[in-house]
Amino acid sequence: MEHFDVVTGPVAALDRNNVDTDQIIPKQFLKRIERTGYGQFLFWDWAKDDDFPLNRPEYARAPILVAGANFGCGSSREHAAWALGGRGFRAIIAPSFADIFRSNCGKNGLLTVELPEADVRELMEAAPAAATVDLERRIVTLPSGREVEFEVDEDVRYRLLGGHDDIGLTLQRADAIDEHERDRERPGPSTLAL
Amino acid sequence: MAARTAYEKIWDDHALGNDLLYVDLHLVHEVTSPQAFEGLRLAGRTVRRPDRTIATADHNVPTWDLSRPIEDEIARQQLDALARNVEEFGIPYYGLGHRRQGIVHVIGPELGITQPGMTIVCGDSHTSTHGAFGALAFGIGTSEVEHVLATQTLPQKRAHTLRVTFTGLPGAGVGAKDLILGLIAQETSAGATNHVVEYDGEAVRALSMEGRMTISNMSIEWGARAGLITPDETTYRFLEGRPGVQEPFEQAVERWSHYVSDAGAAFDREIEVDAAALAPQLTWGTNPGQTAPITGVVPTPADDDEQRALDYMGLTAGEPLAGTPVDRVFIGSCTNGRLGDLRAAAEIVRGKRVAPGVQALVVPGSMRVKAEAEAEGLDRVFAEAGFEWRNAGCSMCLGMNPDVAGPKERVASTSNRNFEGRQGRLARTHLMSPEMAAAAAVTGCLVDVRELV
Repeated sequence: MEHFDVVTGPVAALDRNNVDTDQIIPKQFLKRIERTGYGQFLFWDWAKDDDFPLNRPEYARAPILVAGANFGCGSSREHAAWALGGRGFRAIIAPSFADIFRSNCGKNGLLTVELPEADVRELMEAAPAAATVDLERRIVTLPSGREVEFEVDEDVRYRLLGGHDDIGLTLQRADAIDEHERDRERPGPSTLAL
Repeated sequence: MAARTAYEKIWDDHALGNDLLYVDLHLVHEVTSPQAFEGLRLAGRTVRRPDRTIATADHNVPTWDLSRPIEDEIARQQLDALARNVEEFGIPYYGLGHRRQGIVHVIGPELGITQPGMTIVCGDSHTSTHGAFGALAFGIGTSEVEHVLATQTLPQKRAHTLRVTFTGLPGAGVGAKDLILGLIAQETSAGATNHVVEYDGEAVRALSMEGRMTISNMSIEWGARAGLITPDETTYRFLEGRPGVQEPFEQAVERWSHYVSDAGAAFDREIEVDAAALAPQLTWGTNPGQTAPITGVVPTPADDDEQRALDYMGLTAGEPLAGTPVDRVFIGSCTNGRLGDLRAAAEIVRGKRVAPGVQALVVPGSMRVKAEAEAEGLDRVFAEAGFEWRNAGCSMCLGMNPDVAGPKERVASTSNRNFEGRQGRLARTHLMSPEMAAAAAVTGCLVDVRELV
């Protein structure tokens, strides 16, 4: 996984709440069996509208996306994170995120940052003015120069900073998994015995 | 030991340290798994517990004549990839044409492999369905699918707890779908984010397992990590005799009955919903929180997002919802594609005809549901009324297969999401109960089902 430390660059603003993963990447692109190449499908239907904010040329190379509350709600499709990453986004800032989407982003080197409504509003109004997201210091520097702290799960931060492979880390705890299966595992059901 | 909620008991029984959760059952389908299996192959890893893993094909599959080849080449390749992967890694698989094939969240309970106290995951957000049995069940992404395949565990943190108590009993014509839609309308589509919900109260206890699954299914639609209903006699009676119950039944019940919340267990939040006050519900907008009673009017938009929703839906504020013409009706999905749902819809349809110009579709949630429905003649009730009777799959709930609505077509749907484009580009979805969808089919418009019975 690509590691994340500091990202600085233009901010693209999508001033909508409850942006669901069906919009981020519609179902017809979920039939592919590849893990890459989804950036071109990002916001497929919305992007057909010339007025869709992310069509603005000044957002074309923005590494930071700022959006409304409950971003990424709905389907668990990780393709949403792949599409946002494929388009070049490294960090997404919003007042709140849906659980599964946030988790998927963390597995793909994409940082989700929750900031209060007022700070999100300030970023939106200043867009595409550049901001900085610093994961080591847990600080977003707004275009005005004001620094805002954010919270992030320590495990997620560790994995993102180091670009660690989750599975590799868990397999280092194979003894604990063996022990659970030996001492605590529930009796079935076995799917091989149906 | 301090009083614990059911969720906390399940957590304690499965946590490795405070950040890793052991998974008892992993459900796999064709759409969110190919990249995970490829990841295993690239890293030289195996599936740790094929005996705790099961796969089916549901999202992509055509629901018409199964003897015809799949026309969508990319969908066929994805289904072929799953067939190869389960073969290579030794995972039991109920593919297209198998008598046990069906929507992954329908077949788990049907086989009896969904049981109280288990941890269950699947690369699908409606995995919350299995919570109806008092299991901790939630959707995961493809990287997590790979993680579970390789390690049978998942990095997790303990969630906040939230109890929803439905007080009173709903009136005639008001059921499980109305309870959950009414709750989401009250709490918004993000109201339970970061929480594991426990549903309780007289109205929930009175529901069948099918009704309970409808409620738990839509937990994700208000952002919940998972949604449990703790087990009781209804749960045990449902599970008795199913192939997944592989230990003496009395012994199993004794173990299962441990997974209820202790008296005095504290929840981080508590919410009440007055079930007795609910009319049949339906969505008017483009997220499940945008719900109103059928007796109501299209609301006045409170912000730009709601105005966008009304524009998309082709609705005008202040107009009654009832009487709005529909083009299509879809009865099915992991929310409402079970035998009880089809029975309830058939009762409304029996002896009537689908209104002229309306295309109506019934898609059983599994091939077993289909067989059971046919055994009691429900297929004929629907066919004689002018419904199409299909094979099992996710179908028009998300329109990955050829079952889609056209632009601006209005759909009365028993599914779980009314997002823009969900059922087809520019299609307009109204979520509702099977009874309400059946009533829409025979009248040709959104209608209060209570006027038909």
